[in-house]
Amino acid sequence: MDKLLLIIQREYLAKVRNKSFVIMTFLSPILIVGMIVLIAYLAKVNDSDKKLVAVLNESGYFQDDFRTGSRISFIPFKDLDLKSAKDSTEQMGFSGLLYIPSEVNLSNAAEQAVFFSENAPNSMVLGHLENVFQSGLRKERLQHLGVSDEQYESVNDLFEIRTSTYGGEMNLKGINELKAFFGGAFGYLIMMFIIIYGGFVMRSVIEEKTSRIIELIISSVKPFQLMLGKIIGTSLAGLTQFCIWIISASLLLIVVLLFFDIDTTLLGSTGGMAPESLSPMAPAAPDVDELQLYFDEVFRLPWLLLIVFFIIYFILGYLIYSSIYAAIGAAVDNETDTQQFIFPIILPLMLAIYVGFFSVFNNPHGPIAVGFSLFPLTSPIVMLMRLPGGIGATGVPIWQLIVSLLLLIVTFVGIVWLAAKIYRVGILMYGKKPSYKELYKWLKY
Amino acid sequence: MSNILVAHEVTKQFGMNFALKDISLEIPKNSIYGILGPNGAGKTTLLRIINQITYPDSGHIILDGEELKPHHVAQIGYLPEERGLYKSMKVGEQVLYLARLKGLSRTEARRRLKYWFDRFEIGDWWNRKIQELSKGMAQKIQFIVTVLHEPKLLIFDEPFSGFDPINANIIKDEILQLKKKGTSIIFSTHRMESVEELCEYIALLNRAEKILDGRLSDIKKAFRNNSFKVVLESVESRELLKQLEEAFQISSPLYDIQEKVLGFTVYLPQANTSEFLSFLSTRANVSSFVETVPSANDIFIQAVQKMEVHG
Repeated sequence: MDKLLLIIQREYLAKVRNKSFVIMTFLSPILIVGMIVLIAYLAKVNDSDKKLVAVLNESGYFQDDFRTGSRISFIPFKDLDLKSAKDSTEQMGFSGLLYIPSEVNLSNAAEQAVFFSENAPNSMVLGHLENVFQSGLRKERLQHLGVSDEQYESVNDLFEIRTSTYGGEMNLKGINELKAFFGGAFGYLIMMFIIIYGGFVMRSVIEEKTSRIIELIISSVKPFQLMLGKIIGTSLAGLTQFCIWIISASLLLIVVLLFFDIDTTLLGSTGGMAPESLSPMAPAAPDVDELQLYFDEVFRLPWLLLIVFFIIYFILGYLIYSSIYAAIGAAVDNETDTQQFIFPIILPLMLAIYVGFFSVFNNPHGPIAVGFSLFPLTSPIVMLMRLPGGIGATGVPIWQLIVSLLLLIVTFVGIVWLAAKIYRVGILMYGKKPSYKELYKWLKY
Repeated sequence: MSNILVAHEVTKQFGMNFALKDISLEIPKNSIYGILGPNGAGKTTLLRIINQITYPDSGHIILDGEELKPHHVAQIGYLPEERGLYKSMKVGEQVLYLARLKGLSRTEARRRLKYWFDRFEIGDWWNRKIQELSKGMAQKIQFIVTVLHEPKLLIFDEPFSGFDPINANIIKDEILQLKKKGTSIIFSTHRMESVEELCEYIALLNRAEKILDGRLSDIKKAFRNNSFKVVLESVESRELLKQLEEAFQISSPLYDIQEKVLGFTVYLPQANTSEFLSFLSTRANVSSFVETVPSANDIFIQAVQKMEVHG
């Protein structure tokens, strides 16, 4: 036990004192916050870039319909022929010229209208123009049918269905996605942690092999102790790094937000580390009251449950994967030989994340979600995506949770046992890269 | 209790191949014992079993009268053939870590390290990283780590490979000092000539099997081949050589006509040296007469050949 502590201590210090580790630890938050600020800034700049569109309207129709908005400005041309209108549009550097010829009726005018521009036109501009024509046409046709302007306006009212639980509480749209998103964030965290720090464990094993110190050490301690100490020491270093990241990144973000006064709603849609962090909200922007409801819902997530199971799944999942990483490190002589072995362990992790995001978002308790949350190599990630729905009748059935944990524990014992065997033989093997067949043989030595 | 280590019918298999086949050894206390054999004979596997890095399929090991158990690692010092140190770790931290893994307390380890660092005059290396040291320097550190916990049994696998002659001599002297203090020592090497002069006992291993073991002087006696190297002075002509060749079995003669020196090897069955020497006494001056003792290498080759003939 004393020796295990010694090993953990050494591995921890070796990692934490490593120059590149220190640099990464303190540089990453700055980089991440910098990225967020940059994206927010660019989005803002992009937004303020208004499109200028010249309009030469020779017909009597659509006179008031092309109104300057936040993104497009319309500049009306009058008393110009088409040729000189085109020339001046080009000279002034406008995005394009909308030409509506003089026609007998509105629909002809719309049909004969042309948008001139030097390059293929911006789809936002075109979409806007098309909308204007379309609503004009619709209005006109409805007027033919005897619908008044007021009646037309009332037809345009958007409708949203009210949703409710059986108990009468309001059910929010998109809340399933939101819940899965929080679970997904935990799952994603586990995956990142496994890939980054599993890799550290592997490199550290390779270092001991290539520096030829390994035999000196295992003449004092058992190989299993060394492997375990290495995994624990590295993960403690990793936790330290994560804590520093989270604390410093949030501090930095607060400072930046206060200092630059950046619109926080903008960050909501562009920030976040995960590429999957697309806003899970319903497309119609919720008003403030509704936003408050979402916040309430987020606070009402079973956080205690989530955190407890996050820790359990995190520990088991990390130990399983990092012992595989350690075995790989022991089997090879240098890092370039590891590719062939790493792919099969990255695969279930990726699968868990993507299957999780695609199927658990849609249906947290569907057959695929259940299957992947039971399968031990993916369950740490997928089960966490399902758990924000709670456990029991409305959430994850208790039996699934128990089966998932039991399978995970059995796998944990099995994999660590196998990995320790490969590790024990591998650390003393130098020279050629072993095949899978040879690894299988090692299990029997 | 005269043996520090007894191996009893130790067998180890890797897949279909035997690494060790029924190896039995008795290593006397306070001796220097050489385990010799070509590469792949199973030496390192045997040492790893003694160090409990791997375990035998059958057979057992007795260390100083007790069945070998995990806690015995503190009583053994092992310098493996594949030896190195953490490159980016400071010397001081590293030796402290390795010493504490062997069970020494921090203060005790520090005290003993000071003794050894002073002895090798390397006190100023404490805060340097291994990657800044030369290979010879690193070897000294490895030696210190091996002996620091004052083990009863020291095991060196290919001890002098990679050492320059000066360092090799320093280490050799230190090992002899430790032996004087009562430590038992095992050397393992395929370069038999490198440890011959140091070993009192040897065991020869070939292809996972022990082909012979015992006191080196006894083995040498058993393998003496009754041939002697002779150098004669003031030899006036080749006439003497002719006479010698008629009376005895002479081989590889060499006559230097300028210096009047004749050298050759003579084979004397039953080692009846007196007859040969009295034959010479009237005819020439004997400047040198030495029995050609077989080297460990010769013995090994002969033993292997014998084994193969007798199947």
